[in-house]
Amino acid sequence: MSGSPPRLAVVRKIRIGLVAALVVLAVVPTGCAARPNRPAASTGPVTGTVTVLAAASLTGAFTRIGKDFEAAHPGARVTFSFGGSSGLAQQITQGAPADVFAAASTTTMKQVSDAGLTPTGPVVFARNQLVIAVAKGDPKGVRGLADLARPGITVALCAPAVPCGDAARRALSAAGVRVVPVTQEEDVKAALTKVRLGEVDAALVYRTDVRDAGDAVTGVEFPESAQAVNDYPIAVLADAPNPAGASAFVDYVRSPAGQAVLSAAGFQPP
Amino acid sequence: MTRPAVRSQVPLALGVPALLGLAFLVLPVVGLLVRAPWRTLPARLTEPAVVAALRLSLLTATLATLICLVLGVPLAWLLARVSFPGRRLVRAAVALPLVLPPVVGGVALLFALGRRGIVGGFLERAFGVSLPFTTAGVVVAEAFVAMPFLVIAVEGALRGSDVRFEEVAGTLGASKWTTFRRVTLPMVAPGVLAGTVLCWARAIGEFGATITFAGNFPGRTQTMPLAVYLALQTDPAAAVVLSVLLLVVSVLVLASLRERWTGVR
Repeated sequence: MSGSPPRLAVVRKIRIGLVAALVVLAVVPTGCAARPNRPAASTGPVTGTVTVLAAASLTGAFTRIGKDFEAAHPGARVTFSFGGSSGLAQQITQGAPADVFAAASTTTMKQVSDAGLTPTGPVVFARNQLVIAVAKGDPKGVRGLADLARPGITVALCAPAVPCGDAARRALSAAGVRVVPVTQEEDVKAALTKVRLGEVDAALVYRTDVRDAGDAVTGVEFPESAQAVNDYPIAVLADAPNPAGASAFVDYVRSPAGQAVLSAAGFQPP
Repeated sequence: MTRPAVRSQVPLALGVPALLGLAFLVLPVVGLLVRAPWRTLPARLTEPAVVAALRLSLLTATLATLICLVLGVPLAWLLARVSFPGRRLVRAAVALPLVLPPVVGGVALLFALGRRGIVGGFLERAFGVSLPFTTAGVVVAEAFVAMPFLVIAVEGALRGSDVRFEEVAGTLGASKWTTFRRVTLPMVAPGVLAGTVLCWARAIGEFGATITFAGNFPGRTQTMPLAVYLALQTDPAAAVVLSVLLLVVSVLVLASLRERWTGVR
């Protein structure tokens, strides 16, 4: 998604609508071809559309993994809907048709599990840490969290409800720094976008987001981020229209090939 | 006695879709009202976060409407009364925010009035003024999206009004400005009022341009629609409460609009 306009709620809603329509289109004509006897396993040929709802911070890595997965399973197609984890969790509990959910925190995944929608249980497949994203070359001289409280530095944080906002809160309180952001963005990519556009001087985002953005922004590491490491869980959803495809995708994410993509994107192994 | 006759004349091919259409429009509202936590509603409505969002919404929508009035009525007059080359183009440009997805409007505002925007960059360097992430930014976003409603309503009213009154005022020695103030404006007052109400209603419901251009911060840029959207992710009951509140505001607006329209007829 590099170079794209901000990832916005409405855009995402439209996309989810499209995904839902695609799922319906994919499921309705082939409905009778569902394999009733085959257990949800990744052994047989995987076909059809696998719909994956994933945290915004997974955009780069999962898009890549999706392409690799499709190459490994001709006949399968992966459609993604990326967004703030808590928003996605809410959509799932409200009955959004999806096969796989990958969240940026265990608390968000728990909302879905508590609703009884992850029968096989979520597994942690990656970990992520926060960095400070600043404009290329760090023109304002941001060296650590304390600088974010400096007057004249405008900061975007994630909303407290989404995982990156929760991680930011933990990191800031570990550092004993009080930061008043100018905006609380709805997901981590939206916070990063504000830095890319130059509308804010700094944002607390994941290390992977900064790497994903390439040359557009610079990442400033800070020691307190060790106190705010996020575990990323993934799970097959209870009412998955394509359960075989779903578990095949989860297996692929956890396979050496999937883990290599994640690690190249800056994620740490679980 | 004519009523039953008229009713029996409704053909099925029109009556059934009409009823379905009505159900389609009413059902979501019913869903909202059924799910509303009525017992805890009073307590929830007085929560500081709800009060702050409502206050901000009312304030910004009203300020945006005032800006629209000050700029939009003259613009409508220009379109209705002065013929100039490219008038159709100007009219299309005025209507653009009406058809433009609000999110696109927000992105456009960022690139025009953001810190690195073509005008915003100058504003910040020259005056240290930065619109994004401020309440003023919310007002700008709302005014951008809502102004066409006012301009189109007022222009329609102006076109429908009799120019001869203005001409007579002119022959009696009134200046163009006096004529506008004392003759034209009173004549089209109902149209201006209807446009104002529509404009205000559009402003208070604004979401896309606001979250894109002004961001989201409670008490400063988090208006009711933004609060609804974010509450839905963590506390659906709170989202329902906020939605019911917005619904009440909308119904009041609609009621006042009808009153006005039927009152002047």
